[in-house]
Amino acid sequence: MLKIEGLKASVEGKEVLRGIDLEVPAGEVHAIMGPNGSGKSTLGYVLAGREGYEVTAGSVTFRGQDLLAMEPEERAAAGLFLAFQYPVELPGVGNANFLRQALNAVRRARGEPELDAMQFLKLVRGKVKALGMTEEMLKRAVNVGFSGGEKKRNEILQMAILEPAFCILDETDSGLDIDALKIVAEGVNALRSPERGMLVITHYQRLLDHIVPDRVHVLVGGRIVQSGGPELARELEAKGYGELQAAA
Amino acid sequence: MPAATDTLETVRDVTEGGYRWGFETPIEQELIPKGLNEDIIRLISAKKEEPAWLLEWRLKAFRAWCAMEEPRWAAVRYPPIDYQDLHYYAAPKRKAQPKSLDEVDPELLRTYEKLGIPLREQERLAGVAVDAVFDSVSVATTFKEKLAEAGVIFCSFSEAVREHPDLVRRFLGTVVPPSDNFFAALNSAVFSDGSFVYVPKGVRCPMELSTYFRINARNTGQFERTLIVAEEGAYVSYLEGCTAPQRDENQLHAAVVELVALDEATIKYSTVQNWYPGDAEGRGGIYNFVTKRGACRGAKSKISWTQVETGSAITWKYPSCILQGEGSVGEFYSVAITNNRQQADTGTKMIHIGPRTRSTIVSKGISAGEGQNTYRGLVRILPKAQHARNFTQCDSLLIGDRCGAHTVPYIESRNPTARVEHEATTSRIAEDQLFYCRQRGMTEEEAVGLIVNGFAREVLKELPMEFAVEAQKLLAISLEGSVG
Ligand SMILES: Nc1ncnc2c1ncn2[C@@H]1O[C@H](COP(=O)(O)OP(=O)(O)OP(=O)(O)O)[C@@H](O)[C@H]1O
Ligand SMILES: [Mg+2]
Repeated sequence: MLKIEGLKASVEGKEVLRGIDLEVPAGEVHAIMGPNGSGKSTLGYVLAGREGYEVTAGSVTFRGQDLLAMEPEERAAAGLFLAFQYPVELPGVGNANFLRQALNAVRRARGEPELDAMQFLKLVRGKVKALGMTEEMLKRAVNVGFSGGEKKRNEILQMAILEPAFCILDETDSGLDIDALKIVAEGVNALRSPERGMLVITHYQRLLDHIVPDRVHVLVGGRIVQSGGPELARELEAKGYGELQAAA
Repeated sequence: MPAATDTLETVRDVTEGGYRWGFETPIEQELIPKGLNEDIIRLISAKKEEPAWLLEWRLKAFRAWCAMEEPRWAAVRYPPIDYQDLHYYAAPKRKAQPKSLDEVDPELLRTYEKLGIPLREQERLAGVAVDAVFDSVSVATTFKEKLAEAGVIFCSFSEAVREHPDLVRRFLGTVVPPSDNFFAALNSAVFSDGSFVYVPKGVRCPMELSTYFRINARNTGQFERTLIVAEEGAYVSYLEGCTAPQRDENQLHAAVVELVALDEATIKYSTVQNWYPGDAEGRGGIYNFVTKRGACRGAKSKISWTQVETGSAITWKYPSCILQGEGSVGEFYSVAITNNRQQADTGTKMIHIGPRTRSTIVSKGISAGEGQNTYRGLVRILPKAQHARNFTQCDSLLIGDRCGAHTVPYIESRNPTARVEHEATTSRIAEDQLFYCRQRGMTEEEAVGLIVNGFAREVLKELPMEFAVEAQKLLAISLEGSVG
């Protein structure tokens, strides 16, 4: 479903991704772990098409399409979703409005009919409840004044509503309390399906206890230095990145 | 979900592009010769069959104007205007005063339909009465009878002069004296048409009132004159909208609006100004030089101005409140957009005369392209204004790096018990905000529209619900081509 080959990218003239090969087939969940500054978020941004993240080599195919040739919104319409490590605040923009506009933009791009206010409200209410959020959060401005955990839950709410084909979760577990972590993991697991792929960036085994990955990759210095099954995450938690870093 | 917060409808058809109100109505015009002198003023007054006192009033204003200089202090640049090279009166030709809509030229009705302002009974916006002003004359006013039942007078200014001369004479020029400033004097000399509203004591006007101003004729100035009076305890909400054809030459619109609120009366005055702004290179567009002022004469009276200024090549406009009555309240909520080569110098004056008077100013300036946006505001507290209060919030949003935002607040306090607060911010649409929206599937233009509407929310929520969605769309449309 997502195939990355020899991907190199720089930010502000600095090479951050230094040759990444990674394939995530439909139906699988892959985890990416790695020390701070190793390029995990950069990989997410490059896949989502953020300006300023310059691809210097390699290719990415997503559902048979050349992902790197697409605009960010086209990637979103094609089903790529990035849950941000640091969700962005949009002062004055109501959360519900934002969600509905996003959903309708994606539906439009896919040639599906848009939802009117009532249909949308019905949809969103169900999801809000399932994520243990309050409807009050829908009225507030997007992420403004949200606590760290609320922001992360809001990302998952967006994901639940957009139902993307491929989800990249960038440290969605950071800043969540134990209950919230469970709820978020449930939200993610609810979306697991044979048609859907996921890339879960995390520092902690505890998320992977809830969302059990098919593969775990270790990113160090802009390269994947080791890949393995779910047990790799536990090993890393025990040993740290020391050895791998020395090798890289 | 209430329309005021519903940005979702809005930005949908943003991608079509261009100024959509720029068409011209092919209609036979009655045009008086170009030029400005006492004979022209006599001619205008005669055309309108005005009483002698009003002609005298106009002539006095004209003489004052002749001795005045065009103001140059605003942060706007434009070539000199040749006031002798304009027509001061243009009207669609007609046989007699139309008695009903059936007698109104169908071409005019079609024009308003195209503008989204259906005048015919069955198609009207429910709960909104409309006065339609086309160049120098009012072509129709809807719901007059229904309003009359409540005792509310809503008609064109010309009709008010004919039908309610005493009321007009009592209030005309009492808020904006004819010699107030260059453009007000010009307007007083040659004003054409506008609306007149009178809400008697204790009456809450049963519907929204609105006037739709349309400039159609070439080389013609439009000089709107509006007067709204709310007697003791009365309430009225009034909205004006404006559009003009797309042309390469500039056109002048110099309006005067006067509001009078007596004891415990409230007037809510909203504007959605969308005159033709000129093209991307700065060719054409309306010069919008406007004097708007409200007098809170009565105790606890309230005047609230809300404006959404998206159009015009140049906007020069400072809707103001004279807070005379004890405990009276003045408000000014403004969104002004300048894109391409547009220039806006706009703000307000809050003159606190009476004790415990309060005022609130919320100004949101958005600059894109090479647009220049200046907020110019004055808060003056006079010695008797014990415990007067003002709060001013001035926010500027910049899109791109060739535009400008300027804030010029003047504060004069002559009473030590008064409290005046001023906050100002300048920000840009951040790259991460745009990326966030685009990652969720929106185009860059949709994202800008959404973020700008969010920025302007505090002001947009003050608009009557019927117009809020329209205004939100306008904001997004006005910024087309400002990104990417
Ligand atoms: N916009 C930027 N300007 C300059 N340097 C950047 C920028 N974005 C990323 N970098 C650098 O690229 C490297 C990788 O950053 P990235 O955010 O991808 O790391 P990460 O693996 O997500 O780290 P963390 O675990 O702390 O989230 C870091 O050295 C970072 O400083
Ligand atoms: Mg990161």
